[in-house]
Amino acid sequence: MSNAFIRAMAQQDYRELPPFNVGDTVRIFQRIKEGNKERTQKFEGIVIQKRGDGLNKTFTVRKIGANGIGVEKIYPYHLPAIEKVEVVKKGKVRRAKLYYIRKIVGVVKIKEKRQKSQ
Amino acid sequence: MSGLLGKKIGMTRIYKGNESVPVTVIQAGPCFVCQKKVKAIDGYDAIQIGFEEKKERSTIKPMKGHFKKANVRPMRYLREIRVDNPDDYQLGQELNLGLFELGQKVDVIGITKGRGTTGVMKRWNFSGGEASHGSKFHREAGSTGQHTYPGRTFPGKKMAGRYGNERVTVHNLEIVRIDVENNLIALRGAVPGAPGGLIMLRKAVRVNLKKAK
Repeated sequence: MSNAFIRAMAQQDYRELPPFNVGDTVRIFQRIKEGNKERTQKFEGIVIQKRGDGLNKTFTVRKIGANGIGVEKIYPYHLPAIEKVEVVKKGKVRRAKLYYIRKIVGVVKIKEKRQKSQ
Repeated sequence: MSGLLGKKIGMTRIYKGNESVPVTVIQAGPCFVCQKKVKAIDGYDAIQIGFEEKKERSTIKPMKGHFKKANVRPMRYLREIRVDNPDDYQLGQELNLGLFELGQKVDVIGITKGRGTTGVMKRWNFSGGEASHGSKFHREAGSTGQHTYPGRTFPGKKMAGRYGNERVTVHNLEIVRIDVENNLIALRGAVPGAPGGLIMLRKAVRVNLKKAK
């Protein structure tokens, strides 16, 4: 739910990530604390959904992990622990949610968006 | 002990590192002292505070006089708050979120959403029966008592009926964020009632003294 008062209260928490869309391949750098140590975890995969608005906005990244097991992570868009997001590839897709790729066995092929030549 | 009146705005979340903190945003105050109740006359010590201005023409004459006495604009909501010494306050004095500070615990009093007639499972958390496997006992209450002796159902037996629309106090909610200028406050956790509902805030009364030290 978004509302002028709620937005006023939470304005300072809003973050600006590089623009990416569903179908893009992204690399997420997240700070993770283990005991006293802090390290950066990298996670690279395809964005399969974006949902919510305001501080409740989240996106899901899917990759094929070890032994061919699919791994999905749901990231809150405004999470301060996200150090940075790199867009590796721009994908060309015709769905807002790519749930169908969960059923695909093997390599998921997503057409790459052609860059506008300048 | 002093308090404030406010309105529930809604819920959102605030992030702390990797942690997501659920918060309720409340618009609280400014409130004005409209009347003082003193022990000698009223039998108890309290202040009456008003919240949210309303139009002069939608105020009835006797109330106009009441507000005029305290020299404040007509208010939509009036509530009393017990205080130790009413003389600490002046008539017409403004109270705002400056009463509270970040990290402090507060109590929230509100009216829960009315749910109308509900069954025992929703109202009293009865476990009900099986949904399938040939069961004919689904969401009923079961037995309501014994047999010939006592031969009646005891008063107070939990049964179906009206649920919600009752005054509820939620204790010890932490202040996660406070904005005195804009009269906004964010508390960790949920607060009774729907967005827009009237809410009373006060300093927490059930404080763990051992922890506080």
